[in-house]
Amino acid sequence: MTPGFLDTRSELLLRELAPQVLGAVVRRFSDFAAAEDAVQEALIAASLRWPRDGVPDYPRAWLIQVASRRMLDYLRSETARRLRETAAAMEVENLAPAADLESTTQQDDTVVLLFMCCHPALTPPSAIVLTLRAVGGLTTAEIANAFLVPESTMAQRISRAKQSIKASGAPFRMPDATERTARLVSVLHVLYLIFNEGYSSSIGPDLQRSDLANEAIRLARAVHQLFPDDCEVAGLLALMLLTDARRLARVGQEGELVPLDKQDRTLWNEKAISEGVALISQTLSRGSVGSYQLQAAIAAIHDEADRVEDTDWHQIMALYSLLKRISDNPMVTLNHAVAAAMVHGPATGLKLLEALDADARMAGHYRLDAVRAHLFEMAGDHLSAIAHYRAAAHRTTNIPERDYLTMQAARLAS
Amino acid sequence: MKYILMMNTPERGPYSIFNWPKRDFEAHIAYWNSLNKELERLGELVAVEGLTSPDQAKLIRAGKDGTPVTDGVFPESKEFLAGYWIVDVESPERAYEIAARASAAPGPGGTALNMAIEVRQVMARRPDETP
Repeated sequence: MTPGFLDTRSELLLRELAPQVLGAVVRRFSDFAAAEDAVQEALIAASLRWPRDGVPDYPRAWLIQVASRRMLDYLRSETARRLRETAAAMEVENLAPAADLESTTQQDDTVVLLFMCCHPALTPPSAIVLTLRAVGGLTTAEIANAFLVPESTMAQRISRAKQSIKASGAPFRMPDATERTARLVSVLHVLYLIFNEGYSSSIGPDLQRSDLANEAIRLARAVHQLFPDDCEVAGLLALMLLTDARRLARVGQEGELVPLDKQDRTLWNEKAISEGVALISQTLSRGSVGSYQLQAAIAAIHDEADRVEDTDWHQIMALYSLLKRISDNPMVTLNHAVAAAMVHGPATGLKLLEALDADARMAGHYRLDAVRAHLFEMAGDHLSAIAHYRAAAHRTTNIPERDYLTMQAARLAS
Repeated sequence: MKYILMMNTPERGPYSIFNWPKRDFEAHIAYWNSLNKELERLGELVAVEGLTSPDQAKLIRAGKDGTPVTDGVFPESKEFLAGYWIVDVESPERAYEIAARASAAPGPGGTALNMAIEVRQVMARRPDETP
């Protein structure tokens, strides 16, 4: 066999088809864990054979067929094992009706898979890896690479997540309307976490295939296509686009963090910004405002300012006030204080931060110190600013963040 | 979140497994193997390494011209690292739990060694910016 490489188009095609193929195979054979393995093998077979033989006319059917064959092999050996053990006969071929090779339900399959992978029985870290693998079609090695753990460790994590699905007994079907709404919340949360993970890791120009931010955007687009009327789905997609638009500007030449107010705005991705702004504007006009939409609206206001001094802080402050009402997240209070400081001055911001001193979730968190330092600096109280920058640098568990905060303290101290 | 669990040599003298009776040594090694396998199976193990005995250790400093200046070997007991795990876990409590398991490794006569395990969070190399 001549080893070859898939071109980008075929690679994207494979990843788009992966959840559809998995959906079809799970529907036929019920066993999610085994089906997932079979589909991975089919994807590997495709990446070896397509560069040599060309992409088949019906790639989806090709993949389903290869995966189903693997499934049958597996079931035959399982049956043989059980026959040996229990002497009970089992007719493999009559297990289930044949997988519909070109059904019209492929999109539904992707959603059902997403709902399965983001099942409330799974912890968020498990849901994340399973979604990337089953719905995103990433290999174990790619996911391991993205999370900086050895491949064998990631393989175990994936396998445990699959076992949890199996143990939860979740059937492979679309949940009813009420449950669907609740499950969509978990799906969006998982996609949001994947995006954050990826957004943090995407430093520099060499974006990899396993780039999680891109993957989250791709998945959010797919969900948005399936639920075009859901405002929070649209809000999350807009939030991702508007945040990701600043990706190139937020890291300097030496890999250091560049905060929003110091970024070179010409590096921002205008296309992503206009898409995100259009999406969030349409969505907000439809009513039923949720937290992803509000965060997207805030990101849009930042993105629309050509210069940092053009930022509409009044609007940002108002949006954070709304967000505070619907979400009990201390980070929102923190950001609201910053916006209030930009509108009414640092004293107002510092006053608002006092509410967080009693919040156990913020106790000892470096961000509270970092924001205080920033506001003290705005107020011209450099000694307090230095002390809080240093406290924040001491507390963060993140090297670029520590370096940034240490530099701020050193700058004021010199 | 990642943590490094550093196992320091027992307070009195070097980590003297070499003089243990066969059965105790085997039980000790079996304990490590089963702990490591379990951490791998749980998808938490990032790395585990054992280090050569502390009496082989040397301290290196750069001399005036940048060439290494060696201090040691240290035959007497100083507190040295015997080995370490790097684990990727969901909470600090879980890291402490693993450290306690490591600490309780059996020594001579099967008694738990209760070695001190230093637990430190590994800093992330990536910026952590929530939108």
